Amino acid sequence: MMTQPPSSQFWLTCPFGERATQVFLGVLFAALLIVTVLHVAVPQGSPLHVNAYTVNLFGKYLSYALLAVAVDLVWGYLGILSLGHGAFFAIGGYAMGMYLMRQIGDRGTYGHPVLPDFMVFLNWDSLPWYWQGFDMAWFAFAMVLLAPGLLALVFGFLAFRSRVTGVYLSIITQALTFALMLAFFRNEMGFGGNNGLTDFRELLGFNLRSNDTRLGLFLATGVALALGYILCRAIVTSKLGRVCVATRDAEARTRFIGYRVERFQLFVFVVSAMLAGLAGALYVPQVGIINPSEFSPLFSIEIVLWVALGGRATLYGAVIGAMLVNYAKTVFTGVMPDAWLFALGAMFVLVTVLLPKGVAGLLQKQRRKKTPTITKEATA
Amino acid sequence: MSLLQSLRTRDRVFEFMAPAASPVDVRHGPILYMEDVTVSFDGFKAINNLNLTIDNGELRCIIGPNGAGKTTMMDIITGKTRPTEGSVWFGSRHNLLNMNEPEIASLGIGRKFQKPTVFEALSVFENLELAMAADKRIFPTLTARMTGEIKDRIDEVLETIGLTTLRFQPAGILSHGQKQWLEIGMLLMQRPRLLLVDEPVAGMTEQEMERTAELLTGLAGKQSVVVVEHDMGFVRSIARKVTVLHQGSVLAEGSMDQVSNDPNVVEVYLGADDEEAA
Amino acid sequence: MRRFLSLGFVCCLLLSLSLTAQAQTNVTPPDDKSAYALLEALDVDSYRDKGEAITAVLQSDDERARDWLQALLDGRLQRSDDGRFIVVLDNSGRNWPVADALTGEPLGEMSRRELDRIGINNALRNQLRSAIAVVDLYSPNVERRRTSANRLLGEVDGELLAPINELILEEDDGQVRNRLSQAVAIYRTEQGEMEGVEALTGSLHPRARVALSRAAHGDDPVVADAARNALASVEQNLKINRGVETLYFGLSLGSVLVLAAIGLAITFGVMGVINMAHGELMMLGAYTTWMMQQLLPGQPGLALVLSIPAGFLVAALVGVAIERSVIQFLKGRPLETLLATFGISLILQQLVRTGISPLNRTVITPEWMSGSLVINDALSLTINRMVVLAFALVVFAGLMLIMRRTRLGLEVRAVTQNRAMARSMGIRATRVDIMTFALGSGVAGLAGVALSQLTNVGPNLGQNYIIDSFMVVVFGGVGNLWGTLVAGLSLGVINQVLEPWAGAVLAKIIVLVFIILFIQKRPRGLFPQKGRAAEG
Repeated sequence: MMTQPPSSQFWLTCPFGERATQVFLGVLFAALLIVTVLHVAVPQGSPLHVNAYTVNLFGKYLSYALLAVAVDLVWGYLGILSLGHGAFFAIGGYAMGMYLMRQIGDRGTYGHPVLPDFMVFLNWDSLPWYWQGFDMAWFAFAMVLLAPGLLALVFGFLAFRSRVTGVYLSIITQALTFALMLAFFRNEMGFGGNNGLTDFRELLGFNLRSNDTRLGLFLATGVALALGYILCRAIVTSKLGRVCVATRDAEARTRFIGYRVERFQLFVFVVSAMLAGLAGALYVPQVGIINPSEFSPLFSIEIVLWVALGGRATLYGAVIGAMLVNYAKTVFTGVMPDAWLFALGAMFVLVTVLLPKGVAGLLQKQRRKKTPTITKEATA
Repeated sequence: MSLLQSLRTRDRVFEFMAPAASPVDVRHGPILYMEDVTVSFDGFKAINNLNLTIDNGELRCIIGPNGAGKTTMMDIITGKTRPTEGSVWFGSRHNLLNMNEPEIASLGIGRKFQKPTVFEALSVFENLELAMAADKRIFPTLTARMTGEIKDRIDEVLETIGLTTLRFQPAGILSHGQKQWLEIGMLLMQRPRLLLVDEPVAGMTEQEMERTAELLTGLAGKQSVVVVEHDMGFVRSIARKVTVLHQGSVLAEGSMDQVSNDPNVVEVYLGADDEEAA
Repeated sequence: MRRFLSLGFVCCLLLSLSLTAQAQTNVTPPDDKSAYALLEALDVDSYRDKGEAITAVLQSDDERARDWLQALLDGRLQRSDDGRFIVVLDNSGRNWPVADALTGEPLGEMSRRELDRIGINNALRNQLRSAIAVVDLYSPNVERRRTSANRLLGEVDGELLAPINELILEEDDGQVRNRLSQAVAIYRTEQGEMEGVEALTGSLHPRARVALSRAAHGDDPVVADAARNALASVEQNLKINRGVETLYFGLSLGSVLVLAAIGLAITFGVMGVINMAHGELMMLGAYTTWMMQQLLPGQPGLALVLSIPAGFLVAALVGVAIERSVIQFLKGRPLETLLATFGISLILQQLVRTGISPLNRTVITPEWMSGSLVINDALSLTINRMVVLAFALVVFAGLMLIMRRTRLGLEVRAVTQNRAMARSMGIRATRVDIMTFALGSGVAGLAGVALSQLTNVGPNLGQNYIIDSFMVVVFGGVGNLWGTLVAGLSLGVINQVLEPWAGAVLAKIIVLVFIILFIQKRPRGLFPQKGRAAEG
C-alpha cells in the first residue's frame, strides 16, 4: 500500500508556507550562488575554482532535476507511472534545437541561407512546413511547451478516457516513446535522422560556446527548476492535488464522489509533459545536441529510477534522486563504463525492494526521530 | 482574469450554498425508477427483470441472500455496470444509463461501499473536504480555497460521525468501524438526493449501530435512502418498507412484518437464517 | 549481349556434342598436348581472350571440358608453381587436396601459396554458367538436367532453338520438358511471335514477365494486345502469390509474437505483474541454443533439439530465481515490480555482454530446417519459418493442455480469477506463483530457442520483443490464451501487410496507434474475462 505522511495544512494553497519548500528553495538558490561565485570570483588555479565544464555539467543535472520533478508529479501524486516522459523531454529539446538550427543561418557547412545542413545534404529544396516559424524565438519557445503538451493531450485523452491505468499505461507510454524514437531515426522525418540536430551557435544572440553563456544557462535552468517546483507544489497542495492523491489510491471511489477523474489525470499529465518539454529545451543548448536517443525507453525508465531513488510524492526527492543518479553515472562511466549498467540495474532492484520511499523517506524518518511530538493537532 | 475568477467563485458559492438544488425532477413521484433491468455476465443473469421504485424521501431496506444481486443493483444505479436490458431513471428527467459515474454522482446520488473505501493517504478532514458538494471541475478545484463555511460544515459532519479528534490523522490508520463512519460522513458531505448505503453497520458496536439507525432515519424525508443490509436486527429497527431480492429479481416487498411472513421469503431466505432474523 | 554471342558458339559445339554422344566409343581422347594448350589459353590476362579460350574449350570435344569449366567457375582451376594445371578438390581447409587437371590423378595436398588461381569476372561467370547448362542438358543425371533447364530460361537464342526443340521431344522428365518449352516460349515471345505469348500465359517466372512486357511494346498490335492480356493475368496471379507470401510472413512473425507473449500472458494473468525481464529470458533461451551447438560441434540439429528442454530449464530456473529474490517482496505493487524486473533485465543483458560478448553469436540452422519449399516460380516458403510456426502451435497446444487438464492449470485458473477466493479454498497461492513463473519463464526460453533460428542472437535480442509482446497481451485480453494466439497472429499479419505499404517503422507506429484506439472500444482486449471477479 502506498502511504505517505498526511499532506500539509490543506488551507495553505500558497506553496511557500511549507517548510520543505522553503528549505528546498533556500538550498537551491544557495547552491546556484555558490557555484557562480566559485566559478567567477575564485581564480582558476585555486582548488575551489569551479570550471566551465563543471558548471555545464551541473546545468545538465538541473535540467534532469526539472524533468524528474515533472515525472514525480504524475507518478508520485497521480499514480501514473509514465515510462515515456523522455519523449516529452526530447520533443521540447527538438523544438529548442530547431530554433538553434535556424539561428545558424548561412554559417553552416553548406552555407545555405535557410536550410540546415542535413536538409541540404538530403537534397531538400525548401523548408518543411513544420520548420516554419522556428526562426522566431517566441514561437520556438512557445512550441517548447505546446508541442509536448499537445502530444500529452492527445495521448492522454485517448488513454485516460478508456481508463487505461497501471501497468497498461506504463507499457503504452513506453511504446509511445519507442515508436517516436523509430520515427525520429528516419531521415524523411526532417529532424536530422540519426545525427539529430547539432552544431548550434547562439541562443538569443549569445554565443553558446562562451563560458558566460554557459553560466547563464546554468542559472536559467536553476530558476526554471525553482519555478517548476513551485508550480508543482502549488498543484499538489491545492484541492486538485488532493483529488490526485485520491485518484491514485482509489480511482473508482473518486469517480463516485463526483470527480471526472480522467480530466484531472489529463490536466496533470499535460502540465507534467510541458515541464518535461521545458527541461528538454534547457538541456539541449547546454549539451549542444539533440538526437533520437533521448527517446529511448531506457532513458525514460531511468528518469523513473531517479524519482524512485529520491523518494516519490515529495518533489524534492525527485531532485535529489536526479542529482545522485546522474552524478553516479558521470563517475561510473568515467571510471568503469561496463559496470554502469550493472549498477543501474542493481539500483532498480534495491530501491524498489529495500527503499520504497527513497532517500526522502530516510530523511523524513530522521526528522521524525528528532521531533517525535509534532502532530497535526499542534499545528492546527 | 479576475472577473473570471469572481464569476467562478460566485458560481461555486452558489452551488455550495444550495447543494440540494439538484436538477432532479420528482414532481411525478418516484426519485428512482428501475424497469425490467437485466444484467448478465457470460450468460449468468446477476439481475433478472428487476423492477424497483423508490419514492422521494423514502427509506428503503433491501435484503436478500448472497448473490441475490444487491451490490450489482447499486453498481447499475451508480453507473459502474451497464445493464444488458432495461431502463433506469432518476426522477423523471434523467436517464442514468446515458451517464458515467461522476455525472451520476453530481446529479445527487451518493454511495457507500460494502467494503469501506476511503482515501487512506489523506486525512479524515481532507476526505470529507473532497466529498463535499462543490464545483468539481478542474479549475475550480485547483483554485478552491478553504473558507470558514466549509470548515464549519466539515466540523459539523465530523461531530456527527464522531471523528473530531482524529480529524488530522490519515484515514489509513482508522479502524474498520471508523472507516465506515468516515464513509457515511463523506456521503453526508455530498448532500445527495439519494443515498445508497451498502452494509453500513458491518464491524460496528451495538451503540454505533443505534447511532447509525438514528442517522439514517433522520436523513429520510429530506433525502431518499436505500440501505442494503444483512443484519436483520438493524433492518427491523429502521425499516418502513423492505424489498427482498432473490436471484436478481424482487421476491417480495412490503413492511418488515409482511415480508417476514411471506412464505416464499421464509423458504429462500429467512428460513435458512431464522435465528439471525430473530 | 555478350552472353548471347557466346551462346552462339555454344550452339555450334552442341551439334558436335550431340554427334559425340552418338558415337562416343569411337572417339579417341585428344592428346594431352592440345588439352594443355587449351588450358594454357585460359591463363591470360585479357578477359576477352579468356572468353574465347572458354569457347575453344567447349568446342574441343574434350570429355573433361565440363569439369574444367565447372572448376573454373568455382575458382578451383588453378596453376601450380611448376606450371601444371590443377583442380582443387576442396578449398575449405588450410591445405587443399588437389588433382591434376589433365590426368585427373590425385596429387595429395598443396598449400594455397603454391597455387595460382585462374580468375574470372562476372561476364565470364555468366558465360560459363550458360555453357555448362547447355552441356548439362545432355547429362544422364535428371537433377543436373533440371537445373540446367532452369538456367536456360531467358537465355535461349535463335541458334539454340532447334537443338532444344529436339531435346524436348527426347526428354523423359516432365519438369525438364516444361522448363525447356518455357525457355523456347520466352524466346518466341521476345521475337514477337503469338505462339510464345500464348504459351507464357500464366507463367510466373520473372523472365517470362520481362519477355511479355517486351512483346507488349512490340510492333504487331495483335501480339502486343495478347501480351498485355497475358501480362495482366500474370500480374493478377503474382498478386495472389504475393498475398500468400505476405500472409506467410505475417503468420511467421505472428508465431514469434505468440511465443514471446504467451509466457508473459501467463505470468501477467496470474500474478498481475509485468516481468520486464521476460525478453531477457528469451535471450537466455537463444544463448542456450548457441551454447549447445558449441558443446556439440558438427551436430547443429541434435543441439537444437536438445536445447528445447535445456532452454526451457535455464529460463525457468532464472525465472524462479527472479520470482523468489525480488518479485515475491513486491506483492501488490505492480509498478514497482515492473521497475525491479527492468533492473534485472539490464543486469542480465550486461552479464551476457561482459560474460560472452557484446557481439552477435551465430547459431547454425540445421540442414533439415534450411532451404525453402518451392510452390511455384513466384512463391517459395522458407522452411525454418514453417518449423517455428509449427513449434509455436505445439507450444500453444501444450500450454492449453496444461491449463485445462492438470491440477496446476486448475489452480492457476482459480488464482487468475480470484486470488483471495482461491487462497481461502486452500490453494497455496505462493506455490502456484512459483510454478506459474517457472512455466511462463520456461516458455520464454522456448521462444528464445525458436528465435535463434530466425534472428541474430545478441544481448539485445529480448529488448525488442517486450513491448510487442505486451501489446499482444493487451490486444488479446489478459488471462486468455486463445486471445494471445489470435492477437499474436493477427498483429503479425497486420504488421506484414502494412510494411510494404508504409515501411517498417511506420507500420510499427500504425499498429501502436491501432492498439491504443482498439482499447478505447474494448479496454479488456479481444477476449475479455467477464463477471464480478474481473470487475474488481
